[in-house]
Amino acid sequence: MNSTAIETPPDQASERADAAKEATHHRQAQTVPKHPLIRIRPSQRWVSLNLADLWAYRELLYFLTLRDVKVRYKQTALGAAWAIIQPLFTMLVFTLFFGRLAGVPSEGVPYSIFAYAGLLPWTFFSNAVTNSGNSLVASANLITKVYFPRIIIPGAAVLAGLVDFAIAFAIQALLMIYHGVEVTWNILMLPVLVLLTALLALGVGMLMSALNVKYRDIRYALPFVVQLWMFASPIIYPSSLVPDRWRWVMSLNPLTGIIEGYRSALFGRDFDTLGLFISALITLALLVYSSFVFRRMEKSFADLV
Amino acid sequence: MDTAIKVYGIGKQYHIGASQAHYETLRESLAGAIGGALKRLRRSRRSEDDTIWALKDVNFDVAAGEVVGIIGRNGAGKSTLLKVISRITEPTRGGVDLYGRVASLLEVGTGFHPELTGRENIYLNGAILGMNKAEIARKFDEIVAFAEVERFLDTPVKRFSSGMYTRLAFAVAAHMESEIMLVDEVLAVGDAEFQKRCLGKMQEVGSEGRTVLFVSHSMPMILRLCNRVILLAQGEVAADGSPQEVIRRYLHSDVGSPAERTWPSIELAPGDSVARLRAVRVLDERGEVSESIDIRKPVSIEVEYWNLQQPLRPTISMHLINEDGITLFVTNDWNNRGWWNTPRAPGLVRAICKIPGNFLAEGRLFLLVAVCSYNPDCVHAIERDAVSFQIVDRSEGDGVRGVYSAEWPGAVRPMLDWEVAQEPNGGELS
Repeated sequence: MNSTAIETPPDQASERADAAKEATHHRQAQTVPKHPLIRIRPSQRWVSLNLADLWAYRELLYFLTLRDVKVRYKQTALGAAWAIIQPLFTMLVFTLFFGRLAGVPSEGVPYSIFAYAGLLPWTFFSNAVTNSGNSLVASANLITKVYFPRIIIPGAAVLAGLVDFAIAFAIQALLMIYHGVEVTWNILMLPVLVLLTALLALGVGMLMSALNVKYRDIRYALPFVVQLWMFASPIIYPSSLVPDRWRWVMSLNPLTGIIEGYRSALFGRDFDTLGLFISALITLALLVYSSFVFRRMEKSFADLV
Repeated sequence: MDTAIKVYGIGKQYHIGASQAHYETLRESLAGAIGGALKRLRRSRRSEDDTIWALKDVNFDVAAGEVVGIIGRNGAGKSTLLKVISRITEPTRGGVDLYGRVASLLEVGTGFHPELTGRENIYLNGAILGMNKAEIARKFDEIVAFAEVERFLDTPVKRFSSGMYTRLAFAVAAHMESEIMLVDEVLAVGDAEFQKRCLGKMQEVGSEGRTVLFVSHSMPMILRLCNRVILLAQGEVAADGSPQEVIRRYLHSDVGSPAERTWPSIELAPGDSVARLRAVRVLDERGEVSESIDIRKPVSIEVEYWNLQQPLRPTISMHLINEDGITLFVTNDWNNRGWWNTPRAPGLVRAICKIPGNFLAEGRLFLLVAVCSYNPDCVHAIERDAVSFQIVDRSEGDGVRGVYSAEWPGAVRPMLDWEVAQEPNGGELS
């Protein structure tokens, strides 16, 4: 200790000496690493995904998801019932207008469960994309104050939507029992389809959230694009309604294969394997692309948000 | 000695547009891209003009166990430096090597969610700071005890008092197991009691062999906590050394003496549209600026400010703070009732406050000066560590300490009246 200007009373000085002794003792226990644990450098144009870092922070993903789930319906009168109300009422309106009045075909099952089977993954997807797309901007206070892999933020927004999905799925089960729809082994594909939907939502959400930090246009464009996307996907109509020569355009929309997949899994129809394969391929390609774009833009988030 | 932090050649460049306008729209960006391309065709150097270097070529090493204070005027790059070291923002040039886990505490309660309970927030905040679940669970009781919130663990933190909230938030960060701790001006919040506890906790941190980088505007706190201080000025290391030396450099940096501060132009002076400071001086008995004051002699503080508007009645408020960070007293110019009841006119106001001799204790004192108005309460201008001076006791036998020359404790050292006499009757010894 330096004794130049701050005079230390004798009793305090001996305390400090004790503390110093303890400190050296402590230091021997925890050896100082020879090589730096963390190296900070300006990143290159193309960055690695740094998955090890992401793995180290996996528990943060869990806690942020938990936060989103717990907070979502706080101080609402209806609580988690909102997870059901949204797809259920949309289904009722669709059944009335498209099923009854417009007479859209529903491939052998009542229109209500046909529409609900499409709305179930769609509601999850659209909420996940919207929430994760706005997630980074909404978490500006975190981004400017503490380090962690930023991918966790849009990731948690997507994962939190799964709880709503599970709640809304209960209605699907009830509707199927009510209408006497038989469950087949096809149902085993359901987890794969849910995973695919989540990955697609993550791919889109991640890209949108990163762009949103720089271009706030995304906030206005997103709801609009999501709405158009719904009509471009076979939710209120079966893809069999689309003329054959335009079918390939439909299949470029990765949601087409996924949503038809849900119906096959639930209603025991044959899977359109090629369609599903194309959807999976596009989803994975988008996910990889988004991850790299995200990682590249990540370094400037704290300066821009 | 083992190295804990190695900082070499760090430079951080900001685009002024990006840092000030916060975000751009796609259209502006497209327009900018096209405009930029045109400029580039004309070989203009526009892109260089639009950027500032918040940090330029900062180099230093910190040994394990050192507690290093980082000081500097606003905009010197202190916070940017901490942000780079804590990996929140990337350096444009240079690099940092960190030998150990890093806990950065740039704000108290980052990521606290008002709707979640105290218990839930401890886990969430812990995870955000980089702790794992097992580690938080192990420290949970300790955190709760430090924050003194046992009874409110299952209450949403939005119902917490601000004191409880800050205590809990600090407790989580303070209990993180890390070899390196980065702390930004977080102790500025909270009451005196809380600040004292935090200081205690920080010192504990230091004595455990942890390395601490500590940004603060509070010179007393820096003096008390740090064994080394780095002074940043305009993004560069201006001084690096013992706290006394560097703080002296810092306080000297704009005028000759830490006992005088003047602001050459109204625009650059601290203040708002109502009042702006012009000068603060420490004067000795003869009315001359002096940094060193004899403990037996009175000292005067002179404050000048521009009163820019008529309707308000601003008051000067002065806080005298010692090396331990204790505010010895606060005094306002309304103690002069005559002046306080006088209607004000726009113009320069000069005030002198006399502090009697044989009252302050030995040591360095720091002065916070503010110009405020009340009803509604508003701080127009504030300058921490505006001036500082040293009280010197020459121990010539006629002071408070008399002929006693060893340690003389006490935050003040007033000369008091004693009535002492030999009892004329009953003086018999039994």
